[in-house]
Amino acid sequence: MSGSTLLWITLAMAVGTFLLRLSFIQFFADREVPPILERILRYVPSAAVSAIILPAIVYVNGTPDISLGNERLLAGAIALGVAMRTRSFPLTVGTGMAIFWVLRWLF
Amino acid sequence: MRQMNPRESFWAGAKEITPILMGIIPFGMISGITAVNVGIDRGTAMLMSVFVFAGASQLAAYQLIASGAVSFVIVYTALVVNLRFVVYSASIAPYFKPLSTPWKWIYAYLLTDQGYAISLIRFREDEDVDPLWYYLGASVLLWITWQIFSALGIFLGSAVPEHWGLDFAIPLTFMAVLVKSLDSRPSIIAALVGGLLATAAYNLPLNLGLIIGVLSGIMAGYWAEAAGRPRRGSDAS
Repeated sequence: MSGSTLLWITLAMAVGTFLLRLSFIQFFADREVPPILERILRYVPSAAVSAIILPAIVYVNGTPDISLGNERLLAGAIALGVAMRTRSFPLTVGTGMAIFWVLRWLF
Repeated sequence: MRQMNPRESFWAGAKEITPILMGIIPFGMISGITAVNVGIDRGTAMLMSVFVFAGASQLAAYQLIASGAVSFVIVYTALVVNLRFVVYSASIAPYFKPLSTPWKWIYAYLLTDQGYAISLIRFREDEDVDPLWYYLGASVLLWITWQIFSALGIFLGSAVPEHWGLDFAIPLTFMAVLVKSLDSRPSIIAALVGGLLATAAYNLPLNLGLIIGVLSGIMAGYWAEAAGRPRRGSDAS
């Protein structure tokens, strides 16, 4: 990706994110979030984060690999278990990376 | 209860955000390291950290840049990840009413998950603190910490060879984020539908799979909640 494309992406993200943050503080200070919008927004983090993670660990160079040979899938599954049990950010990332490196070194 | 003066309120905010910074430090470093590892030059990575100042959306963008997504989808996904700020903005807005417009912009720019969370808890608990100064103390300290450790990560990132696969830290970081959002049955359904559809449709052109996954996940969660709510008259047990 070219440097100028990355700059445009950065600019668009910066302006968009700022407007989301500013929205009610500046423009609708006297209004509440409509209940239906609030109910929809409740599920954005779960849906979006999961839609980003799962393809990133299932696909290897553009093809799905659901086998033990896919180190990211195996390490990711174990890390998910650690995340659910400990809810700890350093432990999740640490365990996941360690298993990933060991698997790559073994096979 | 004695009212805290501005300076005391500022330092109360700074003090109470401190334990949370232990999570911001590795998050900032991972963000910096992975930015450089997916091929973003140092200058742009630092601009991203300063001007976007929203770690989860930055990591989402880096992941998509690494997988060669189209620009529109990268921006779209980052902003979807940041939609939660609208809710924060609405619930904190009443406290920011006394501010002039330039200060409203600065306060809005500083809005984060962590700064928002500790401020609202404190504002609702007791009246002794000056909300505007408390928020500023917490947010400024968080901002400084994020920028320092992002910069450190960007600096270290160029020294880490790409074959180490440090970009794998992105999905791992998101897993820690994800489990915190899975606090109800509808949110688990939203995650399952979003993840599975995005994976199944991954090879569609223009990364449509991701957009389809996110939107269907949100709808699935919304409907699961509506279906799980007892209907009128049926909950008379």
